[in-house]
Amino acid sequence: MAGIAILVEHRQGIIRDITLELLTLGRRLATETNTKCTAVVLANNCDNFVNQLKSCAHRIIVMDNPVFNDFNAEVYQMTVSEIIKNESPFLTLIGHTAMGMDIGPSLATQLSIPFSTDCIDIQVLDGRLMVVRSMYDGKLNAKILLNDSASYLVTYRSGNTSVEMGNLDAEVVKLDTPINTQPDYRKFIEYIEAAVGAVDITKADVIVSVGRGIKDKANLSIVEDFAKAIGGVLGCTRPVVDAGWLPKEHQVGSSGKTVKPKLYIALGISGAFQHISGMKNSDIIIAVNKDPNAPIFNEADYGIVEDLFKVVPVLKNKILEIKQAKA
Amino acid sequence: MNIIVCIKRVPQTAEADVKIDSSGKDIIKDRLTFDMNESDSYALEEAILLKEKYGGTVTVISLGYPDTEDTLRIALAKGGDSAVRIKGEEMVDIDGYKTAKVLSSVIKGLPYEIILTGCMATDDAYSLVGQALAELLGIPHATLVTKLEINDNKAHIYRELEGGLLEHLEISLPALITIQTGINTPRFASLIAIRRAASKEINTIGASDIGGDICANTTLEELFPPPVGKRAEILTGPVDEVATKLSGIIKEKGLI
Repeated sequence: MAGIAILVEHRQGIIRDITLELLTLGRRLATETNTKCTAVVLANNCDNFVNQLKSCAHRIIVMDNPVFNDFNAEVYQMTVSEIIKNESPFLTLIGHTAMGMDIGPSLATQLSIPFSTDCIDIQVLDGRLMVVRSMYDGKLNAKILLNDSASYLVTYRSGNTSVEMGNLDAEVVKLDTPINTQPDYRKFIEYIEAAVGAVDITKADVIVSVGRGIKDKANLSIVEDFAKAIGGVLGCTRPVVDAGWLPKEHQVGSSGKTVKPKLYIALGISGAFQHISGMKNSDIIIAVNKDPNAPIFNEADYGIVEDLFKVVPVLKNKILEIKQAKA
Repeated sequence: MNIIVCIKRVPQTAEADVKIDSSGKDIIKDRLTFDMNESDSYALEEAILLKEKYGGTVTVISLGYPDTEDTLRIALAKGGDSAVRIKGEEMVDIDGYKTAKVLSSVIKGLPYEIILTGCMATDDAYSLVGQALAELLGIPHATLVTKLEINDNKAHIYRELEGGLLEHLEISLPALITIQTGINTPRFASLIAIRRAASKEINTIGASDIGGDICANTTLEELFPPPVGKRAEILTGPVDEVATKLSGIIKEKGLI
């Protein structure tokens, strides 16, 4: 094959967005290297998935087997390692997602092929792979050169590629699955849906969100007062939930809620990509942060480089004045 | 139960100004503070909680420069029983894969039922050492774990997926588990414990003890500032002035 292989990610019967992002990237790399892009579908009853992806790849390798009914990273690793051994793709692309993190590094280690994780760009230079990754809390990027090899594996960041649908008509290759049961040492039990909390922040028009910059639980009241004044609900980043300052249902980001309010105000939030991915489609984003280099200012429409504790009380009063004048 | 925890000492960059050094391949570190990597401190706490519940020992291992011993002593003060530093100063061209190989060669000789690591180091953000290490040791693994229960020789694991969905699975021990932040509340070490830990011996392992030809599979070529995207319009001036500007914008957009 010697081309680009993409592991199709799906969950609970739905193809995940990362798959179409990877296929967009995979077709680009296939064109650049004059090879083909192959989607790998591991599922039970694959027809629906195959139909959805037919225009997006040159080939689709399909393994249709009830063993894939329940997701098991170990079964995936065993299966994909067989495919890579038999097909020898130049590059295997997997999403840097909860699934990809569980499978990618151990798979590449098993096969002894060079790999990199959480990449945001890929270039092929004289048959060698160069990737770009984000480091140090998103404050710097790094160019990483992978050792010379005939085969590579990369896990790629989600939400980093604008999806384009292809106009191909994939050749569908059905293969037998190398394993038919889950191994004794790793068994899938169930999915557990996130608990429904007291507030549903995804329905709010205005979200006032706080990050590490809030420093202490006691300071939350400043932000709560402000949210009340502007008529918004409280959102937050993962560290605020980890510290136990706000319940999980307030968390915005990849492992929390994805929100799209009319106004998103980020207070003391540096802008880790996990957070950005949950709020970047808000209509208007305002950020207040002391650090002028905080990545959040790359996403925001308006920014104030200042201590949130100085800005928020003054801004609250201005908002109240406008509201009173209107009343 | 024998528990091994792998930790890393990292610069705290979330709220710091991060600058590239003259080599172009590293950051200027002298004005940064260093501490145990965030998710590693949750992994350490989880190990201590397991020890308190089931008995056993907690061995803390870190690959790093001599100042890593400060971080290891904090781990001992919190409840670790022994600590091992693999001499970072004797290792060249370290990447995540090489770190996993070095750790596996050390851990192979130790007794363990569970190995815990953080799910990601905040400096290089690879999220790969734990998984590669498990593969090299030939044991099952699970990543991004936010709840962990042990029954006999099995671990019931709850992994946090996108959108807060949990994946509940069962894996056999010995196993490696990478811990997500928020799984517990890491304790603070008491002053007495810190003082006691100051005199504890930390085992060191050098390159010659590991032997073999362990190579990285990647090379960092250069660091550079991320390209400026859709940059925010920065409102400048005294606080009262910027607040007036901002509230004006919010009003103009019909949001209040």
